[in-house]
Amino acid sequence: MNILMTAMTGLLCLAMLGSAWVAVTGKGSGQRVSIAILASGLVSLFASVLFLILAAPDVAMTEAAIGSGLTTFLFFFVLSRVRAGRQDGS
Amino acid sequence: MVETLIVIAATLTGAAFLLALWRFLKGPSAADRVVAFDGLTIVSITMIILIAFVEGRGIYLDVALVYALLSFLGVIAVARYLERGF
Amino acid sequence: MDSLLNLLGGLLLVAGASFLFLGGLGLVRMPDVFNRIQAGTKATTLGTLLGLAGFACLRPEWGLKLLLIGLVTLFTNPISSQVLARAAHRTRVEMTLNTTVDRLAEDTGEEA
Repeated sequence: MNILMTAMTGLLCLAMLGSAWVAVTGKGSGQRVSIAILASGLVSLFASVLFLILAAPDVAMTEAAIGSGLTTFLFFFVLSRVRAGRQDGS
Repeated sequence: MVETLIVIAATLTGAAFLLALWRFLKGPSAADRVVAFDGLTIVSITMIILIAFVEGRGIYLDVALVYALLSFLGVIAVARYLERGF
Repeated sequence: MDSLLNLLGGLLLVAGASFLFLGGLGLVRMPDVFNRIQAGTKATTLGTLLGLAGFACLRPEWGLKLLLIGLVTLFTNPISSQVLARAAHRTRVEMTLNTTVDRLAEDTGEEA
């Protein structure tokens, strides 16, 4: 059972590195900012599972709520506001 | 017997996690990445409950519940942004 | 009796994990976004529910919380997949060449 947790930790570290890589250098069809926001939300999601493995469920819950939920929502809200303002202003 | 079955289930879940992660890293369009995000969060819920079972602590299930609700909110926000920008 | 319940829980857990694996495989192998939505949300929803049932057999005292998680998953996953499919259709993600019918485009009156 111990080696199971070790393998899971390694998998989560790999996933965090991969999604951070996508957040920095994500290529896509014209929507790079939204891909970067999505990938940074995924990084904090994996971080919360890692906190759970480190036996801190309260920190994990806070990380999942703030880092993943609220930050992603807020970023998309502000991004749409910025886009709408640019269309109106010019 | 049950231990062996749990190890098999954990291996399959880890393989599903890796496959969804591959789609997230590769995915050509933004919609592909949102689909992979959804799959990754659903697999992560099973992983959290697996951790809770192995450690034997029931309080971890609350984290899985919060996780399920918030991943739903995140996917809805992304989809609404892609559709018409709030 | 107790060991029988444990065995049933383990088998349900393996069945759910294999459905999760098949969902992940479909997420990689399918040709376009709509097929990936099909594989990546339906199969994983069934896998999660089977896994939750297995955990409920293994630990009967966690049954209420597991039931709550299962209800949340059961209600939110189809909604998110439907919203996602509509957003993908609206942003004109390209479909696979084998696509023959596009009912949403017919309904909204636009050209596919």
